[in-house]
Amino acid sequence: MNGGAPRTWQQRIAWRLTVILSALVLFFLMAPILAILPLSFSSGSYLTYPLPGLSLRWYEEFFTAPRWTSALRNSVIIGIASTVLATVLGSLAAFGLARWRSRLKPIVLAVVLSPMIVPVVITAVGLYFFFAPLGLTASHAGLILAHTALAAPFVVITVSATLQGFDMNLLRAASSLGASPLTAFRRVVLPLILPGVASGALFAFATSFDEVVTVLLLAGPEQRTLPREMFSGIRENISPTITAAAVILTLLSVGLLVAMEGLRRRSERLRGLVPR
Amino acid sequence: MTSSALRIGEPSLRLRLRRAERGQRLKAFALVLPLLAFLALTFLVPIAGMLWRSVEDGEVATVLPRTVEALAGWDGRDLPGEPAFAALAADLREAREAGALPAAARRLNYDVNGYRTLLTTTARRLPSPPEPGRAAETLLDISPRWGEVETWGAIARARGPLTDFYLLAALDLKRTADGTIVRAPEDTAIYLDVFGRTLGIGASVTLLCLLLGFPIAYLLAALPPRRSNLLMVLVLLPFWTSLLVRTTAWVVLLQSEGLVNGLLVWTGLVDEPLRLIYNRFGVYVAMTHVLLPYMILPLYSVMKGIPPSYMRAASSLGASPLTAFRRVYLPLALPGVGAGCLLVFILAIGYYITPALVGGGGDQMISYFIAFYTTETVNWGLASALGAVMLLATLLLAGVYGRLVQGRSGTGDRGL
Repeated sequence: MNGGAPRTWQQRIAWRLTVILSALVLFFLMAPILAILPLSFSSGSYLTYPLPGLSLRWYEEFFTAPRWTSALRNSVIIGIASTVLATVLGSLAAFGLARWRSRLKPIVLAVVLSPMIVPVVITAVGLYFFFAPLGLTASHAGLILAHTALAAPFVVITVSATLQGFDMNLLRAASSLGASPLTAFRRVVLPLILPGVASGALFAFATSFDEVVTVLLLAGPEQRTLPREMFSGIRENISPTITAAAVILTLLSVGLLVAMEGLRRRSERLRGLVPR
Repeated sequence: MTSSALRIGEPSLRLRLRRAERGQRLKAFALVLPLLAFLALTFLVPIAGMLWRSVEDGEVATVLPRTVEALAGWDGRDLPGEPAFAALAADLREAREAGALPAAARRLNYDVNGYRTLLTTTARRLPSPPEPGRAAETLLDISPRWGEVETWGAIARARGPLTDFYLLAALDLKRTADGTIVRAPEDTAIYLDVFGRTLGIGASVTLLCLLLGFPIAYLLAALPPRRSNLLMVLVLLPFWTSLLVRTTAWVVLLQSEGLVNGLLVWTGLVDEPLRLIYNRFGVYVAMTHVLLPYMILPLYSVMKGIPPSYMRAASSLGASPLTAFRRVYLPLALPGVGAGCLLVFILAIGYYITPALVGGGGDQMISYFIAFYTTETVNWGLASALGAVMLLATLLLAGVYGRLVQGRSGTGDRGL
């Protein structure tokens, strides 16, 4: 622990300073998210403190107004479909990449990860030109394809990280004990990499659920998602319903974070069982 | 005995091994193939299509084929001859009847302002039936602009099938009729400014993230795991929170009746609410907030690998804490600083949503213009050219990032 046990007075001051600065930065990171939570329970229609009174009317609006319910439905449909696609494609690719020895591998890896690096607006514009003649703009299918492309790299990275600690000898052991390759995969590999696959899926879902640039360019009025609805909400008339939506999305993030942490622990425990 | 037996068995063994290896390699590649094919269709081909659009130029040649042909050998110094005028008159007449004029008019209007009006007025006022041999006279009668070399230059530049017009325009350049490249006129030369602004905002946000991220990353790396895990949650929660939620939060906080202004006025620090949003300040604050975790995480992962004993060794050798930090810790943390800065910078220059929501008209970055020309004004060539320039910049930076991260894991192994 460097600095954990400060000895000289200079070190003590430096440590105090670090702690104070860090506290300020953490406050900067967390305060905005916490500050809008109470506004969603306001009974007034202005987003200002002090609150005139408490009510759940904005939550009621969020769950009943057609523009919000249809946005929620679209987000869930597109999110789940692209998560399934990205998880299957990404996990297979990660498994292949882990066993592939070739000089081409860095190039293939760069291609597979590039949707993460290329600015989303470029991907979105390219897809806009490409999808328009195919009739895929203003369709759920087009958005699912777009979000799958954006989310798949995250699955590849997460599953690859899990596979790094995976001992391929286990597969040989399984087949020497008479397991068919499929059985070996299902009974030995899958349980071990499942936490990685699951966290990849969570990453993919979060990516799709939060994505708004491709939605702005590709979606028609029928495909507007939650972030897209919030975007026009901020632009046009900022009503407290947005803060209700924000609170619900934040709760979802907390849920995702907790799930990720649980999966990470589980994966570490499982890998601890693997003899090295 | 054994050695001769091995030698006899060797070729077939090696052959079998190689065959098995090849089978393995094929099987592994077959697993990667679905994703590769998927990305080819939903990512690589669309982006290649966008790049193609930035150099493709076929509209004018389709609508004004005879004119384009008549201008093929033209040097662009003097006015073209009667045949070119006659060809244009014939093309315009035909295009007007077919209703094909708007496509060419739009393309030529990108190049020279007012071309749309010129083309439609000319087409409308052409005499019918045509008067052979008097085309030049007639056109000059309709508009004196047909007597300007640049008016013809615009058609010559748009003859296709390929053009550098859009790419040059994205860099505030244009060709004159005789082919020399000059600076674009003031009123259209805005893109170097926008690129400069994009890089400037990116650099400022990167610096802010580094200043705010360094102490917290240091603290996280130095604390015992139990306590650092708790603090890490406070870094990860904003990281997992929707971008739109965080941007909404800043709009609510920074608006003139918002919490921040309310506090400032209440404490008497200011008399009037400050303008904190819909300007550059708002963009810096919101973007730094969104990108800070991307700085903290790489910094933390490098700092975690710096053995605390190094700092103790430095101070036991008589270095002051500051010297030890500067001479020992900082050089070791540098790869993390580099990786974090590059990552934040690459992400920052691609930003669109946050500046669009918390910035003013003068704070929009290049992504905004790409989307704007795609959906609002439908100048796809320019949108693609701006995208091409940005893509090139991003890929170069990503290449440097890749080197840096690779180099880091290399030195990390040696260090251990």
